[in-house]
Amino acid sequence: MRRYLIRKLIFAIITLLAATMFVFGLSRMAGDPLLLFAKPGGYGMSPERVEQLSQKLGLDKPLVVQYLVWLGRVLTGDFGETIVSETSVRKLIWERVAPTMQLAVASFILAILMGVPLGVVSAVKRGSLSDYVSRTIALIGQAAPIFWVCIMAILLFAVTLDWLPVGTAGPDDVPIWTWTKFKYLIMPAFALGWGPAAALLRLTRSSMLEVLDSEYVTLARAKGTAYRVVVWKHAFRNAILQPLTTSAIILASFVTGAVVVERIFAWPGVGQLMTDAVWNNDFPTLTSTVLVFTAVFVAMNFLADIAYGILNPVIRYD
Amino acid sequence: MNAEQTAGAAAQVAPTPQQRLTLWYILRRWPILPVALLALLVTLGLGADWIAPNDPIDQSLPDRNARPLYQDDSPYLFGGDHVGRDVLSRVIHGARVSLSVMAVALSAGMLIGCGLGLLAGYAGGLVDEVITRIVDIWMGFPFLLLALVAAIIFGASYSTIMVLMILVAWVSFVRNVRADVLVLKESDFVAFARISGASTTRILVRHILPGTIGTITVIASLSVGNLILYEATLSFLGAGIPAPTPSWGNMVAEGRDYLQTAWWTSVIPGTALFLTVMSLNFFGDWLRDRLDPRLRQLG
Repeated sequence: MRRYLIRKLIFAIITLLAATMFVFGLSRMAGDPLLLFAKPGGYGMSPERVEQLSQKLGLDKPLVVQYLVWLGRVLTGDFGETIVSETSVRKLIWERVAPTMQLAVASFILAILMGVPLGVVSAVKRGSLSDYVSRTIALIGQAAPIFWVCIMAILLFAVTLDWLPVGTAGPDDVPIWTWTKFKYLIMPAFALGWGPAAALLRLTRSSMLEVLDSEYVTLARAKGTAYRVVVWKHAFRNAILQPLTTSAIILASFVTGAVVVERIFAWPGVGQLMTDAVWNNDFPTLTSTVLVFTAVFVAMNFLADIAYGILNPVIRYD
Repeated sequence: MNAEQTAGAAAQVAPTPQQRLTLWYILRRWPILPVALLALLVTLGLGADWIAPNDPIDQSLPDRNARPLYQDDSPYLFGGDHVGRDVLSRVIHGARVSLSVMAVALSAGMLIGCGLGLLAGYAGGLVDEVITRIVDIWMGFPFLLLALVAAIIFGASYSTIMVLMILVAWVSFVRNVRADVLVLKESDFVAFARISGASTTRILVRHILPGTIGTITVIASLSVGNLILYEATLSFLGAGIPAPTPSWGNMVAEGRDYLQTAWWTSVIPGTALFLTVMSLNFFGDWLRDRLDPRLRQLG
């Protein structure tokens, strides 16, 4: 177990390092980083300014040194300044963390509340109407591109029915649990949570079916325990382990999903910061947000590995 | 092998001859609808120049946000977008973009992935270790985000997106082909081939590769949908196919601002995308159940 975890940890670290190298390498492959500050055909810069900038960015040193310096700064949370407004990227990201967290937590809760019960129902009532409905929900959730779900939701609930507002996270001066602000959260959370809910549903369903088929469930039924008790007390408790193990991976999938959802709903989170950076050619902000999200992604996958290791003591890793 | 399958086999009573003939039974058993949709997509993509009623890039300001179904003297079946281009023609040409991304990325990814998978499985030892580890690390990347960085650096263009898609496509082939090779290389016919003096290349290509074709087909059909989604998402985020060329992703992105006044500009390409991916998923699942039930756990 310990060896397994250590190996997984080492891989997580290597993955992170590889991601930083990838980002750094790309930024250098693009040519002179100074060109990112002064695009050809733009306003141009005086030679003194170029000199000053290249010293400030450390471009006169060898590449490896540049990478290590850059890595050291990134690890201490110093992401540099944005091109657009010369404010520190760290401050920008920090301001955006709370909305992204709200969105992720809400979607996660929604995914579990939607995926697990529907999965159980669809396994217990196999072949019934509710099974088909649940599986259709899962099917659409897995095939629908997240931005299509968002667009359809906006069209239905905001444009046609005019029930829910779109754009921004609502007024800043009211807490999240009041309806004035909460209604802004509903559609984004739903759009982000549907795909993961579908995955959870399928997992819960298949592991529930497996458990319901086992001998101890038959025994429990044979000795006269009520069916409801057998399902929820005997079968469910065992069947839920595997889906829950993968819920960390679900959180990891929010990383890419949040980028799209935040863009469409103008949700003021880290993902929006990232896509704004794409449109503005704001390279420092883009790389920093990508690195932050990559770190979260890798950490979530590592958590999933830990959970998997704890729940499966028989795992062999060699 | 799988509890769901055994439970299913026990629960399902063999269908009566009458049941076999009902439409519902046939549609459930054979992927007719998905295949028909995909055939339509391929036809549209290949024949886009002849089928599309209008030029996909030609702007016509009087027909800005023209309504669909020729309402109010609109010249277009699916309406016009915010600069008066024909949405239908753009969706048809968008099919070509999706199709070409799918074809190039998949074949290149398949070639690389299968090559590495064969190599890792057959060579074993250090080579295997290195390749497997690279795949592990690769799978730990949030690839879409790194693709964003790459796209902004090299500029959003057709070739950039191709390279990125190939980089996504190859990984899943390596793992599964490798697993197959590990089994196949221990089999008797490979031993005989080796004894009779066949070269390693010959063994790999003539004796082992044919045994992995089922797996390769299944993986390919399962990853096509994801590749199309990746392309669309990148295009949607402004890092994919650049603007005047129609792609379903950037069409949705452009129409997003006009949802209140012209819903069709984004809903129609989005729906095309959704139907395509869903058909591919259906077809992939069906193929997997047929060719290689062992891969069930992948989905």
